[in-house]
Amino acid sequence: MSWPPTRPHGAGRPEREYEKVAAPKKGQSASAQGKPGRSLALILIAIVALTGGMFASGHTTPRLGIDLAGGTSITLKAKSGQESAINKTNLDTAVDIMERRVNGLGVSEAEVQTQGDRNIIVNIPKGTNSQQAREQVGTTAKLYFRPVLATEPVGAPAPASPTPSPSGSPAKKATSTASPSSSATSSSSATASAGATSQGRALTDALKADATTSPSASASPSTKASASASPSASGSDSAAKLQQEYAKLNCADPAVRAHAGVGAKPNEPTLACGQNGQKQWQKYVLGPAELAGTDVKKAQAVFDTQGAGGWKVTMDFTSAGTKKFADITGKLAQQQSPQNQFAIVLDGEVVSDPYVRQALTGGNAEISGSFDQTEAKNLANVLSYGALPLSFEEQSVTTVTAALGGEQLNAGLIAGAIGLALVILYLVVYYRGLSLIAITSLLVSAALTYVIMSLLGPTIGFALNLPAVCGAIVAIGITADSFIVFFERIRDEIREGRSLRPSVERAWPRARRTILVSDFVSFLAAAVLFVVTVGKVQGFAFTLGLTTVFDVVVVFLFTKPLMTILARRKFFADGHSWSGLDPKRLGAKPPLRRTRRPSAPVDPKEA
Amino acid sequence: MSKLGNLGARLHRGEVGYDFVRNRKIWYGISILITITAILGLTVRGLNMGIEFQGGAVFTTPKTSVSVAQAETYAQDSSGHEAVVQKLGTGGLRIQVAGIDTSKADHIKAELAKDLKVDAEKINADLVGPSWGEQIANKAWQGLAIFMVLVVIYLAIAFEWRMAIAALVALIHDITITVGVYALVGFEVTNGTVIGLLTILGYSLYDTVVVFDSLKESTKDITKQTRWTYGEIANRSINATLIRSINTTAVALMPVAGLLFIGGGVLGAGTLNDISLSLFVGLAAGAYSSIFIATPIVADLKEREPQMKALKKRVLAKRAQATVEEELVEAGTAGGPLDDEPEDVAPAVVGQRNQPAARNRGRGRPSGKRR
Repeated sequence: MSWPPTRPHGAGRPEREYEKVAAPKKGQSASAQGKPGRSLALILIAIVALTGGMFASGHTTPRLGIDLAGGTSITLKAKSGQESAINKTNLDTAVDIMERRVNGLGVSEAEVQTQGDRNIIVNIPKGTNSQQAREQVGTTAKLYFRPVLATEPVGAPAPASPTPSPSGSPAKKATSTASPSSSATSSSSATASAGATSQGRALTDALKADATTSPSASASPSTKASASASPSASGSDSAAKLQQEYAKLNCADPAVRAHAGVGAKPNEPTLACGQNGQKQWQKYVLGPAELAGTDVKKAQAVFDTQGAGGWKVTMDFTSAGTKKFADITGKLAQQQSPQNQFAIVLDGEVVSDPYVRQALTGGNAEISGSFDQTEAKNLANVLSYGALPLSFEEQSVTTVTAALGGEQLNAGLIAGAIGLALVILYLVVYYRGLSLIAITSLLVSAALTYVIMSLLGPTIGFALNLPAVCGAIVAIGITADSFIVFFERIRDEIREGRSLRPSVERAWPRARRTILVSDFVSFLAAAVLFVVTVGKVQGFAFTLGLTTVFDVVVVFLFTKPLMTILARRKFFADGHSWSGLDPKRLGAKPPLRRTRRPSAPVDPKEA
Repeated sequence: MSKLGNLGARLHRGEVGYDFVRNRKIWYGISILITITAILGLTVRGLNMGIEFQGGAVFTTPKTSVSVAQAETYAQDSSGHEAVVQKLGTGGLRIQVAGIDTSKADHIKAELAKDLKVDAEKINADLVGPSWGEQIANKAWQGLAIFMVLVVIYLAIAFEWRMAIAALVALIHDITITVGVYALVGFEVTNGTVIGLLTILGYSLYDTVVVFDSLKESTKDITKQTRWTYGEIANRSINATLIRSINTTAVALMPVAGLLFIGGGVLGAGTLNDISLSLFVGLAAGAYSSIFIATPIVADLKEREPQMKALKKRVLAKRAQATVEEELVEAGTAGGPLDDEPEDVAPAVVGQRNQPAARNRGRGRPSGKRR
């Protein structure tokens, strides 16, 4: 063969074998016959190791997709005025925000992924209010800047996060911010809200900027707000009610947290929860929104190379935003802590609460503090989301009840079992003893597929969905075909009058080439589909590609060595009538007449 | 099995065989006929595009006692659109409503739940926006195009360009037939259908490649002999791999048949059914085309090559001589027993065209002596 097809999947073994076969004597003794045990041991060890890994990781079944486990799957398509805005960065930002929002519902394991170049898939497992989740991802996130009226940490630090201050530098920062907050405790009479205000709040983020003060109390509290009736009229009763609720609010409870501040209008004071720098939940009373997320033009996380500032987030405002921001910072800068802080609230949750040193009129600002890189990036993402020039359109929403999911899974498994049984039956009837090799190979292949699928769940988020099950079932045929190619070659050699062992060794290089070429074509199809397509097609392509790779691995490392070993057994070597290799049954020519070339092929007529 | 095994042996030796290459015109004709029917069906009847391609909703309810007709009225009342209702194997209903907005679907679902007296949470809903199917279909076409280009390049390198072209023709043939069957029978085209169709890509070629591989191997030294023309060797290759092709197709169709049975019989309708249906049609077409279309096309293309033309001439000339010889021998041995098989002459003559005359004479003599 002039072109050993490229094997896209590692292992230099076939190459080596090929060379050896080119030099027949050496090849037969060294790789083909001498070391079948080694390959067998290799693959068995690999399977045992992988299985061990599977049990160790605790994921003993493949993760099931929404259509098998039940749940809701939403596909969103990004739309935008300008095409260039639909890019990976923007989509990733959107995914981050959506993930935050959906999981903020108290849903665990909701997963949000980009798919293709303009789709986002949101998978929400069963047992969640899919309606609410759909609303969350379907509507644009609500991001507001609200002045902090009062704040207080709640309960113990969130579990599993012993996080003290991440590094040395925040501690330094903290000291500088600690002094105003400690003084604030005594003089925070303004809201009368419990003396506890902002006690443990060591890591208040600092907000600073270049601009100079121009407070000019031009009032106009949030232009939006002015439309509706008296916004912060703070009617005594509503304020009192808020106060009561604030006292009761327990942000450490996820259920409570999910409802805190829900439905709050931007122009009214509200309650909210948020995690502070020490992963402690903190509750807030917040004033009416002064700025909306749409006022932010751009936000990004940058590493402060000057000074030991570390990571910080910079923001640029739109022209309207600049004015509003100047107003609010002007007001806040004159307040005492915590009322010099403003909260950045995303969907009712406080994501950051920097304090203001001075009014900022330059149209940009930066938030610095004890960020590490991820924190800074997250905050920047949140801030830029409002400015994201994308809107999302629901492409498909699939809700599958757990009952139907289970049914589909069962149906898939039954179909697979039927298919496998038919294939095995066919192989047994046709190949008899040889089918033993085919069946064990199929089982090895199946075991490998199962284990890898289970392991891929936690590692790359692979979820077995219905099309993937289909792909695996279809792959039974492809895998079995490799054995058929090999067996037919062996039988052809036997028909030529050879005995079994040389037949196996002669058949293998030819069968191997056929298997590689055809598997490569199959793999190519799967790879192209996986890269190009979206949705369910992708899951299908993935399994098909995976099983094609396993087919090659199994044929090379298992089927061939096993065949070589079994060829030494009397049962097969003597061509027992049940071995599937009986020369008589195969119609082999008697060795005596070997010299005579077959004559009939010339004859073009039908016999 | 033993009969089959013998058949395999006889096919292997070429004792039996069907002349696929010589009769190719018939098969081309049949394929062209099928293709034309498929295209006609496609243009006249068009494809029955599923909800995925028009936008709308599919609701699947758990077991309910409400009749199909009644459910249809309910669905139409609540949505204001035409609804199609099917009874499923599970006793549930599958209600399709085309042309509704995804946002309205929740309302319809709630209404349906009330009308059918089932829990809204137990109704499966599949809501699709109008452009989703289009997006999937576009991606599929894109994938198809990329794959075809890549695979033609690959086959051209691994084999040769003629085989690549033949494989491509066979592939297009399979896809056309499958699509045509969908148009003619009126099966619904869904996401699953597209998946199935795309898998045919790999499978159809997979089968073809195996035949080509054997063809390539047996035609390696074709110009060094004068016994057989390219077409005959190609035919032998098909026959030699016939058993494998049959086995492979059987083994490939069995799991798919399992899927189809379970998908269609037990679940009623859905992804499983859709994928396996198009796969089933496509696989059958693929098996047919790799044997009856792809290889004969290669033979056709190949025999246009000057080298192969020359070979054919030589082979035919030699055969003509052989028959002349035979006649001479027969004439010479008239009445006497026929001596050794004429075929035995052929190998001896290989490559030497001037010799037969002498041979003939030599041959005639002993028989003459014998007389």
